[in-house]
Amino acid sequence: MATLATRAPDVLIRGRTVVGGVTEGEALVTHQTISGWGGVNPMKGEVIENRHELQGRSFAGKILVFPGAKGSSGWSAVFHTTRLTGKAPLGLLFNIMTTKAALGAVVLRVPSMTDFDSDPLEHIETGDWVRIDADSGTVAVWKGGRP
Amino acid sequence: MVMRLSDEEKAMRDGAQGQAVAKAMDLLIRYGEALGAEDFVYTDNIAGVPGSSPKWVKEYYAADGGDYRAVFSRFDLDSDEVVDVPRIQGFSCHLQGGMDPELWREQGMTEEAFANFQADEQEVAGHGIQVLKTCTPYLAGNVPVMGEHCAWMESSAVVFCNSVIGGRTNCEGRESTSAAMLAKRVPNWGFHRDEFRKGQHLIQVETPVDSVFEWGMLGYFTGAAVEDAIPVLDGAISDPALIKHKHFGAAAASSGGVEMYHMAGITPEAPSVEAAFGGAPKGERFTYGPNERRAIYERLNAIGESRDVDYVMLGCPHYSAEQLAEAARLLEGRRVHENSSLWIFTSRAVKATAEASGYADVIRKAGAHLMTDTCSAISQAVPPGTRVAAFDSAKQTHYLPAIMGIEGWFGTTQDCIDAACTGRWEGRLN
Repeated sequence: MATLATRAPDVLIRGRTVVGGVTEGEALVTHQTISGWGGVNPMKGEVIENRHELQGRSFAGKILVFPGAKGSSGWSAVFHTTRLTGKAPLGLLFNIMTTKAALGAVVLRVPSMTDFDSDPLEHIETGDWVRIDADSGTVAVWKGGRP
Repeated sequence: MVMRLSDEEKAMRDGAQGQAVAKAMDLLIRYGEALGAEDFVYTDNIAGVPGSSPKWVKEYYAADGGDYRAVFSRFDLDSDEVVDVPRIQGFSCHLQGGMDPELWREQGMTEEAFANFQADEQEVAGHGIQVLKTCTPYLAGNVPVMGEHCAWMESSAVVFCNSVIGGRTNCEGRESTSAAMLAKRVPNWGFHRDEFRKGQHLIQVETPVDSVFEWGMLGYFTGAAVEDAIPVLDGAISDPALIKHKHFGAAAASSGGVEMYHMAGITPEAPSVEAAFGGAPKGERFTYGPNERRAIYERLNAIGESRDVDYVMLGCPHYSAEQLAEAARLLEGRRVHENSSLWIFTSRAVKATAEASGYADVIRKAGAHLMTDTCSAISQAVPPGTRVAAFDSAKQTHYLPAIMGIEGWFGTTQDCIDAACTGRWEGRLN
């Protein structure tokens, strides 16, 4: 995918590839871990966990930036199901590696990265424009939306 | 990172054991590389939900035949092609499913959904996978031993396997367990490795934790405190029993992502606090005292408003025979209130014991249902018109109200059965 950016990114982060590929889109950021099964409605791509800061928000078509996965072992199957319902996120950026997040990213088949040289949660806010190049291991961030 | 494969594993990947095994290896390699695993570990104890799917998923794969084979290939193995799924060679079991095999009408399931359920179950059995249909395989015929490498799904079973038994499993997912049933391999990462099993944070317990109810609340506190890390608990924890570990682990796995815990002097890899940490305690130190206990109780009860309870659900994780005996004792000579319903969930194996022991009869005579295979959260089945539910499980309290958009109360088994028989929630923290 050719980048739409006309100016240099505000932030550039390097990390390790979890699933390769290149994508870009608007970020949806949470500082709370995400529960898959029971915490996400895969028919809507929406977080439903009570008291979660993203409760009621959909990650469909967004770059999901989150600390990591928690909860049920149904994490991968729920995110996999969003691929079937057309409500999958565009890409994943997460800090804490777990089997849930790794398998979820693999079966989502979206560009995904972890092990960053700088914490994405400190640099990326909801609404920022993010380009993941998981083939070269870089994340480019444009603050405030599409450049 | 490129994984190091044995010659046999390379041959499996390249199709020497057939296309399905090759697809399973392809998925497991992608998964292992995503984790950063160096190689695979052999496993012959796999628990998952192989190929089971609701009708709409089969319809999604209509172009591929819309059958078990299509779902197993495309969803479970994440394969771009549909392959023949051979009989499974490994010791494999099916965890919980979507409905009770007899009381599915009461659960609001359609004839069509039941026919789909039966067809999936025949496929599972036909593929050589044991039909345990429970979230508690360790109560129904699959008890790992210390040091055994397993590939299990079901967070409450995973945490039990690692912590209470000393078995070794990561919290696997549907796709990795289905692939492991074919390949008998999982990435050698996480809880398969000694260094990963050491404690990371200390929880000092300063208020007595003895009953199932108290162990459950401590579990919910623990998960919220340490998230997905490995806690070491020390202090006023007493009277360990299987059902208490079952509730503790399930709660800790749902409020956080706890997949293993140590309790000094109680769990097998924690003869002492130091042994659990592999040295001096490190990480954060949390205290669980009377104030924390009250706060957790209030947090679990924050989604209850109306005290008119129209549904009581017990059996999360699936009740043991001992718990069914307790429920029967509490129900003896009573009736479930006309404005309320009581559903109790267990495995088929435990239900057979409850039938033989007379507990099932007492439960039914009281007007309650004893159900197997599933639970309200898994099946999204509650009695018609349910607005307010009550639970003795912190895990179910965490999940079901969010999934179904209902209110929920958390209390003791006695509180719950009283609510079912009176229609009113009177639970309180003593």
